[in-house]
Amino acid sequence: MNLTLRIWRQKGPEDKGRMVTYPVDDVSPDMSFLEMLDVLNERLILAGEDPVAFDHDCREGICGMCGLMINGDAHGPQRGTTACQLHMRQFTDGETIDIEPWRASAFPVVKDLVVNRSAFDKIIAAGGYITAPTGSAPEAHSTPVAKANADAAFESAACIGCGACVAACPNGSGMLFTAAKLTQLSLLPQGQPERYTRVIGMVDAHDEAGFGGCTNAGECTPACPKGIPLNTIGRLNRDYLAATAKGAGNTPGS
Amino acid sequence: MAVTGILLALFLIAHMLGNLKVFTGETSFDHYAHWLRDIGKPLLPGVWFLWILRAVLVVAVVAHIVSATVLARRARAARPVRYAHRKKINGSYAARTMRWGGVIILLFVIYHLLDLTTGTLNPVGNESKPYGNVVADFAPERWYVTLFYTLAIVTVGFHLRHGAFSAFRSLGQQTPRGERTARTAALIFAVLLCAGYLVVPFAVLTGLVS
Ligand code: SF4
Ligand code: FES
Repeated sequence: MNLTLRIWRQKGPEDKGRMVTYPVDDVSPDMSFLEMLDVLNERLILAGEDPVAFDHDCREGICGMCGLMINGDAHGPQRGTTACQLHMRQFTDGETIDIEPWRASAFPVVKDLVVNRSAFDKIIAAGGYITAPTGSAPEAHSTPVAKANADAAFESAACIGCGACVAACPNGSGMLFTAAKLTQLSLLPQGQPERYTRVIGMVDAHDEAGFGGCTNAGECTPACPKGIPLNTIGRLNRDYLAATAKGAGNTPGS
Repeated sequence: MAVTGILLALFLIAHMLGNLKVFTGETSFDHYAHWLRDIGKPLLPGVWFLWILRAVLVVAVVAHIVSATVLARRARAARPVRYAHRKKINGSYAARTMRWGGVIILLFVIYHLLDLTTGTLNPVGNESKPYGNVVADFAPERWYVTLFYTLAIVTVGFHLRHGAFSAFRSLGQQTPRGERTARTAALIFAVLLCAGYLVVPFAVLTGLVS
């Protein structure tokens, strides 16, 4: 396959940045998207140019490091797939592909396609954990959990923190991520003691980080590589309303 | 957004039911319109109730617009650099047109008040004859008025389709099954309301009401 790439190049946080066009020839349809970028980078290095910086780690869709806006789609055209798991056979020979970083003021560009996602860490730090020391994993049946709750919590726990939901959201909101990290705890017995302080803390941290507000537009779930369902945000809303009604602050922890 | 939106949607239902009175004939419709001014009569003097209702609606509209503006400004601040390759819509079209749709609806409401409440822009504009005003408004030679009304009502329909679902969600609708129900209910509500509002101008246009 022969492709034309238009890639966002930005030397550093202060640089203005621009789209630069690179032709890439002899791409195998069996390559992953990141391997295709590796091929481009090897050629750039040989030519003495600066390679394109992009984030990646596991390359098997579980770490959440990779994140590229490919032709306006977060993680590219294939649903439920991270950029590292996307194959070049999803594209056609001769295609022009636009590659951009996640765009959000809470995710400033570090270099080229790499963004700083520590805003997500701030949301987690505000309550995405339980304070009780749990030791090693207990015998699974010692605390009964309703099957539906266990399933929904598991679904939420699949979030890899990649930030595609923010990138795809027309409001630049991180509500899907926040809701996923919240419900994986709020649906389980271990998450109950801090349930209502947690939701206030995490939503406040989300807003302070400069993310936009959720308007239930529904762009996030189709972009999410783990398919975190939209109704997760409804669970967050319900907890938030309950917490405001209760006047949270009466539970220790945060 | 949700609470003020629900208030306004309730008003839209009442308004639509009132409109349908046009099919019961001129006397009955005019009588209904005059009664609106007198609700709560023995208890409250004259048009008091009407003004209280108007005040509540104005507060709801203003609060709705203020929250929408806050959300829009936050959205703009959250994405200072735009994508070079604009993404296509994966969610619903209705959801993506809420803001501009809202502006169109506001402009329409202003025109609508000048037309049928104050009568300024109405060809008849006789306060004591609301039936005559309506019939004159949607006369076949004023087809552009009917066209504008139709466009505005369809915009309201789209606004409600996402708005109703979104209100359920904001107030804590949380299960996947409930989501399907809420979406269907919002769609049916929007379609029924559109139909209820559109039959009146079209009945006048086709001569069913004259
Ligand atoms: S919710 Fe989905 S898109 Fe958002 S960070 Fe988690 S895995 Fe990524
Ligand atoms: S590199 Fe780990 S998810 Fe893509």
